[in-house]
Amino acid sequence: MSIPSSQHVYRFEVQPFTINDPRAQGFLSDARALGLDQIQSIHCSDLYFLRGHLNQEHLAEIAERILHDPVTQQVQWQEFHISPEEAPNASTNEMVVEVTYRPGVTDPVAEQLLRATRMVNDYEVDAASSGQRFVVRGERLTTDLMHQLAKRLFANAVIQYYALGTITPSFPQETIASGRVERFQLAEMSVEQLLRLSQERRAALNLEEMQAIQAYCQREGRDLSDVEFEMIAQTWSEHCVHKTFKAMVEVNNPNTEDDRFPTQYEHLFNQTIRAATHQLNKPWVLSAFRDNAGIIEFGEQHELSFKVETHNHPSAIEPFGGANTGIGGVIRDVIGVSAKPIAATDILCFGPQDQSADTLPDGVLHPRRIASGVVSGIQDYGNKMGIPTVNGAIYYDPGYTANPLVFCGCIGLAPRDAHPRDVQPGDYIIVLGGKTGRDGLRGATFSSMTMDAQTGEVSGASVQIGAPIVEKGLVDVLMEARDQQLYHAITDCGAGGLSSAVGEMASECGGEVQLADVPLKYPGLEPWEIWLSEAQERMVIAVPQQNLDALEELCEKYDVEITNIGEFNGSGRMRVYYQDQEVLDLDNQFLHHGLPQRKLLATIRTPQHPPGWLNPDANYPSNNHEESFLRLLAHPNITSKESVIRVYDHEVQGGTVVKPLCGVLDDGPADGCVMKPLSVPGDQALVLAAGMNPEYGKQDPYQMTLHAIDEAIRNALCCGADPDQIAILDNFCWGDPTRPETMGDLVQAAQACYDGALRYGTPFISGKDSFNNEYLGSDGLRHAIPPTLLISAMGVIPDWHLALTSDLKQAGNLLYLVGYFAPRFGGSHHNLIKDMPMIEEGMPVCHPETPAVYQKVYQANQAGWIQSAHDLSEGGLGVAAAEMAIGGRLGLRLWLDEFHAYREAFGETGGCILLEVAKQDQVAFETHFGSKPMRLIGKVLSDQFIEIMNGEYCWLKMRIEDLVQAWKNQQIREVQA
Amino acid sequence: MKPKVLILFAPGINRDGDLSVAFQQAGAETEIQPLNVLRQSRLEWMQYQILALPGGFSYADALGAGKLWALDLQVYFKEEMQRFVAAGKPVIGICNGFQALVKSGVLPGENGEGQAPTATLTFNQGGHFECRWVHLQPQSQLCVWTRGIETTIDCPIAHGEGNFQLADETKLADLEQNGQIALRYLKPDGSSANGVYPYNPNGSLSDIAGICNPQGNVLGLMPHPEDHIFEFQNPKRATRSNHSGLVLFKNGVQYAQQS
Repeated sequence: MSIPSSQHVYRFEVQPFTINDPRAQGFLSDARALGLDQIQSIHCSDLYFLRGHLNQEHLAEIAERILHDPVTQQVQWQEFHISPEEAPNASTNEMVVEVTYRPGVTDPVAEQLLRATRMVNDYEVDAASSGQRFVVRGERLTTDLMHQLAKRLFANAVIQYYALGTITPSFPQETIASGRVERFQLAEMSVEQLLRLSQERRAALNLEEMQAIQAYCQREGRDLSDVEFEMIAQTWSEHCVHKTFKAMVEVNNPNTEDDRFPTQYEHLFNQTIRAATHQLNKPWVLSAFRDNAGIIEFGEQHELSFKVETHNHPSAIEPFGGANTGIGGVIRDVIGVSAKPIAATDILCFGPQDQSADTLPDGVLHPRRIASGVVSGIQDYGNKMGIPTVNGAIYYDPGYTANPLVFCGCIGLAPRDAHPRDVQPGDYIIVLGGKTGRDGLRGATFSSMTMDAQTGEVSGASVQIGAPIVEKGLVDVLMEARDQQLYHAITDCGAGGLSSAVGEMASECGGEVQLADVPLKYPGLEPWEIWLSEAQERMVIAVPQQNLDALEELCEKYDVEITNIGEFNGSGRMRVYYQDQEVLDLDNQFLHHGLPQRKLLATIRTPQHPPGWLNPDANYPSNNHEESFLRLLAHPNITSKESVIRVYDHEVQGGTVVKPLCGVLDDGPADGCVMKPLSVPGDQALVLAAGMNPEYGKQDPYQMTLHAIDEAIRNALCCGADPDQIAILDNFCWGDPTRPETMGDLVQAAQACYDGALRYGTPFISGKDSFNNEYLGSDGLRHAIPPTLLISAMGVIPDWHLALTSDLKQAGNLLYLVGYFAPRFGGSHHNLIKDMPMIEEGMPVCHPETPAVYQKVYQANQAGWIQSAHDLSEGGLGVAAAEMAIGGRLGLRLWLDEFHAYREAFGETGGCILLEVAKQDQVAFETHFGSKPMRLIGKVLSDQFIEIMNGEYCWLKMRIEDLVQAWKNQQIREVQA
Repeated sequence: MKPKVLILFAPGINRDGDLSVAFQQAGAETEIQPLNVLRQSRLEWMQYQILALPGGFSYADALGAGKLWALDLQVYFKEEMQRFVAAGKPVIGICNGFQALVKSGVLPGENGEGQAPTATLTFNQGGHFECRWVHLQPQSQLCVWTRGIETTIDCPIAHGEGNFQLADETKLADLEQNGQIALRYLKPDGSSANGVYPYNPNGSLSDIAGICNPQGNVLGLMPHPEDHIFEFQNPKRATRSNHSGLVLFKNGVQYAQQS
């Protein structure tokens, strides 16, 4: 990094007056959490750098008017000079670390600063950048310690660099545009050469796929440019084409009596998930597995779209940017079906937050840092987009330490049939939004590989920071463009960039693109980099020539960049130019249909204990149930997530009916969320919910899948959704599918998706898979995640007045347990609690007649008999009852089985719900349920205690406030039994 | 005739739609206008009866919440703002709009040209963005938006920089005396929040949720009454009705109609 002597750089430092700066205190507590106790204080200030020609008066004006808040901050400035010798950190009581972005990383603050300086005066400023300064005070501070602090807390090497002392800022390096194209003679390559090329270009293509490309080259007597090779690799990547799910799979099932799986699938996806949707053939499903998002009907005039994506690898190496662009990406999927984003969801999986730093695999960030970065990334993007984040969950498991999972979902609303899908020859290829940089290269192939200690370094370019305000502009423009019918088709630029978006849109006709017209963040990109760059916040639309003026006017109105980069045509080929040079010419047939089908082996594993197996010798502890209860409530997967929920705006757009927290003190957990968009007339509302249980995934992926589907539907039902109008999404996060055991787990889950969808009459409308969630540690060991399947549900309630929440409403009301209640401890959270006796047995099984119970529940709610509802999930009946009591701050008494109170309280089940029913509705409710499994199990009390009776005896009695403390992870107090 | 509301829109503003619906429910007509359009068309602001600045993250809140939107108001729309305010027409800024009004010096409003700002909205005491429902006491009889309101208002907040502070705390008495403290945070039982979190959600001086200018026609507030207009938005609808935010907008619209 250097600064040419002809230019002047000015440095501004903005410092808060207060010593109680919350940001600085946050860093201090993080440092303490890392065990760095010798640090007494951290002060942080913001740095800004401007490059140009400015006099003192200019500098003062910029500092005063733009850079600081005079009520709370002070600002200093000076011209910046690189000091040849840097030794400012001589003292051991005070040391300084400064951090700034690497060149080429999106720096939205710097971009705004540049705009603002030009606004106040026509200053000669040509570049800006931003950074932070940390002054650390303490005892016995060493430079080693500062490096540690900088790497672990202040800077992420993937996007930033730091200096001990004064930092030299960087501005994007201006190099000359090369237009350089490399060519590969594939036709003559040996097997080794083919594999080496795939590896060198990080293409993630196997030999068979490389040979298919080679055969194409031989057939057409041609070589391949790097642009062509990269486009093929992207188009054929797991991320873009899902070759594992499209594979032919041979199934090896050692259990010959098990007839759930065929011996071979010709096409795994078509025979399982898609087959279920096809067979169910619901008229209200408008689009399933066809567009970027699944679409269902909503009322007479509208449609709802839903998509959930993962952004796991990027979040592992740069948590803020990874999650940030994850949510940005899924929002674009919804814009890509011409819908307005109206809600966001996020389900997160992290390693244990108290994991010791010494046990982390090389190159892996600490789970605490990943968690806080990911949450900030979602907060930043969702809030700034003005999209309410309304539903989510967080799971912790050691399997996620090196491979965190970040599931980002987005729901869209559009007028019925407003989404056009009709590219016409002659339409312009229009790019809207952000400029293209070297960022995010090869994300599509990167996400299809196993990570190792070098991943962060090598793939640094795959990650970037999002710019939500740019994406907000896309929504503003595109919703109006849709209503004015200005475009024929639309696709988002996600993984694979223009190559993927334009390639997909031109796949049925053809098209030509001029890369030199693509607006760049900085010059110097090679043609393949422009074509493949995954720079965020861009959409591609096909625009009839006569509509271009109107579209340009809209873009001006909302400050959105618009560029015409080419034209669609009827050639059946994709052609790309860089100035006069043809850099890509590929046949659509080969590009989109030339990928050989993968053939994979799957071995079905036998669970340690058969699902449903009840251990007749199960040994329950005879006393101290209170302790078990508190520890269960304090388990990280069960505790209140309020601290995360509240940093997301869940109210913007004014449509949130059931919020993520409910109850008298707004701290009870909601089973899902209910929304009534302001722009849709009538009382109809939508419900969002999710189901997932990695603990069951470790036991038996088939049963886990049925449970996840059941839980998602159950949660939606507990919010009031009509079980006949729920659509679901699948998101698989799995290990390396070329291993037969991993593939066996996938086959089990896929088959269970089919079986479950048919059982509940609930179609899949969209999905996504993420494989190779494994980390090859420098110890040579593979660290794989547990098989994880997220099922997201979107349902409809005819009338929002019938929306339900989980908090108890009224003392004197009755509590019913409905569903086939057969609690087991296999895979239960009870078995995860330290110091509790592990109860070996099978995992619970969801009863096949459960859907009929759900119909009864829905009808009972329609009749107005249900006051509150909460599903039994992690932690079982005890936890569910406690959460209802906490929400309503009302006591309750439960009557459990005389001999199995422990099992009934803490074992887990599927398909069961606790319902609160007013006494006057008792007869009607019970008559309605008839022979379906229903048990009057308790009563709501006006006192502040939870009481569990086994027969005549009080088996457990605890104050609600003690449960609240444990559940909110405040210190667990010693409880007298 | 229905009063017409000019709703300003900057890149990153996201509660313009909510605010527009609230004004329509209160009996006004609304027009959402991007600043870009206003700059080019030089549309006459005085043809509108009400001016509204909605919430969101204008320009990503880069360099401080509302700071760059405030710069727009100072650089491009100085005259329009001054004339509208001086004419005594109702102006409301919510959340990011409030931040822009404070940072451009329109609020609290007693300082003249070129003088240092006297107030700010800084980072929440909790150190992070927060979304939750709060209770508000409308208390200024000077402010055309809050005068005569006898009920308290329940509505959500959603901000990271809503902590109202004065450069000189001794000036608090002046604001109080002038009737410029328009809204204060309350406990659910109606008693003073007294600085206690979460009732005072951000650490604002003297539980201040909103202030008005000395003339009483310009109101700025952090909470979002525009997100509690309908019954379905209220999480406590079963037990606590009649605390909707609509009353505030009705007040402003009514004032515009009469003047």
